[in-house]
Parts: sequence; C-alpha cells; structure tokens
Amino acid sequence: MARVLVALLIGLVFGTGIALSGMINPAKVLNFFDVAGSWDPSLAFVMGGALAVTAIGYRLVLKRSAPLFDARFHLPAHREIDLPLLAGAGLFGIGWGIAGFCPGGSIPALGLGEPAALIFVAAMACGIVATRLIRR
Amino acid sequence: MTEFTPFLSLAGGALIGLAAVLLMALHGRIAGISGIVGGILPPPAADWGWRAAFLVGAVAAPALLIALSGYTIPFDSPAGTPWLIGGGLLVGVGVTLGSGCTSGHGVCGMARLSARSIAATLTFMAATGITVYVVRHLLGGI
Repeated sequence: MARVLVALLIGLVFGTGIALSGMINPAKVLNFFDVAGSWDPSLAFVMGGALAVTAIGYRLVLKRSAPLFDARFHLPAHREIDLPLLAGAGLFGIGWGIAGFCPGGSIPALGLGEPAALIFVAAMACGIVATRLIRR
Repeated sequence: MTEFTPFLSLAGGALIGLAAVLLMALHGRIAGISGIVGGILPPPAADWGWRAAFLVGAVAAPALLIALSGYTIPFDSPAGTPWLIGGGLLVGVGVTLGSGCTSGHGVCGMARLSARSIAATLTFMAATGITVYVVRHLLGGI
C-alpha cells in the first residue's frame, strides 16, 4: 500500500514539474523546435535541470543494493541500437512535432481539463495497444 | 509566441529529475511515462497499481497547483483534432517500437549514459525539429 501511495506522491512531483516547466503547453514545446520562427529556448532549461538532477541522483541511488519497495532495480538490459529503436524514435518525433504533446506532457495536461489532451492521449493509447497486438 | 521562462523551466526540469530519482530509489523503476502508461493499458502489467497511482498524481498536479497557488498554467494547443489524432497514434506506435519517450530515453536513459537512449533521443529530437519546420514553414501551419 505504501508503495502505491508513494507512487502517487512521486506522480504529483512529476506533474508539477511538467506544469511549471512549460512541457505541458504544446505551443511552447513546438516553439522550442521552431528555430527558424518563433523560437523559445525554455525547453533546453527543462532538459538541463532534469538531466542534472537525474544524473547526480541516479549515481547516488544506484550505488545501493536495492530500491526501498522492490528486490532489485529494473534497468533496461537491451544494449543494441537496432531498427525498431530508431524507427520508433523517428515516428515518435514526427507525432510530437505534429501535435506538440509528448507522453510526459500530455498526461498532466489531462488535469487542465483540456479536450486536446484527452484526444491526444486516447489516440496515443490506441497506438500503443495496436502496436503491441501486431508485434505479438 | 510563448514567453522565454529560463528559471521556471529549470525549476520544473529539476522537479522532473527529482521524480525520476525518487521512482528509482523507492520503486527501482525508470520514470518513462510511455512505459508507465503502457503498463496500465490492456494487457496490463502485473504491477499496474503503482503505475496507475503515479499517473493519477501526474494528472492531479496541475489542478492542485492552480487551486493552491492561483498560478495560471499557460496552455495552447495549435493542432486541430485530426492532427491530434494522427500525432497521438504516431506517438503511441513510436514509443512502443522505440521503447520510450522524452522522459524514459531523454531524461532517465541519457542520465545513465545509455547508448540506446542517446541514439533514440538524437533521432526523435531531429525528427521533431524537421516535422515542425515542415508543418510551420512549408505547409504554413495545421
């Protein structure tokens, strides 16, 4: 139970970060990529802040033998840079550039009650489920 | 136009990082939102409980922020409904094939210096940049 409640609190921290940083706002995300137009470099600061804290924090945390609520750390074992990775990243980027939402931006945006976020998340969920069915 | 917000964005980014570190320290999990979302969709992962709770927290956060601080969260979605659906489908397919998104690869994987995550992040950032250029400057917006 503590494991689930604490996950809720971590989700609150994440969602607050997304909301304050501007990642929740598709117009701001798209402007970051629009170097030739209405460029807004803010997202570089989001990535910088997130990467600095995560890199230092992971270094400290992964020295421990196990996380608090689990027997081991679940880190990706796959090491190969293969076609599904690059093709998937390419398709994700095209979708992100069209809609302005990435998964981490879209979920907190649901909490703003914005219909655009709901439409995007529903379509994304369909894309996830369909891809898993086809690949099985 | 959107306002350049270096301090707010840096602070928000640090909170995103803090959430990633906490989820690793406590649950031993990568804070990749596409993976967490995928785990509650059918067929759900065995450990869907914490995933659902995390997502509830992430959805509740902006509403709580507004209620407690009165801060207005800027939001504008320029894409029309057909483009939101098309973009959403592409993102869903892409993150599943590519095993992650901005949070999983771009933050957690890059912080671990994972070669796969660095390759994925460079690829999707380039694809997003090219798409935005095509949409805004060649097609004249959607």
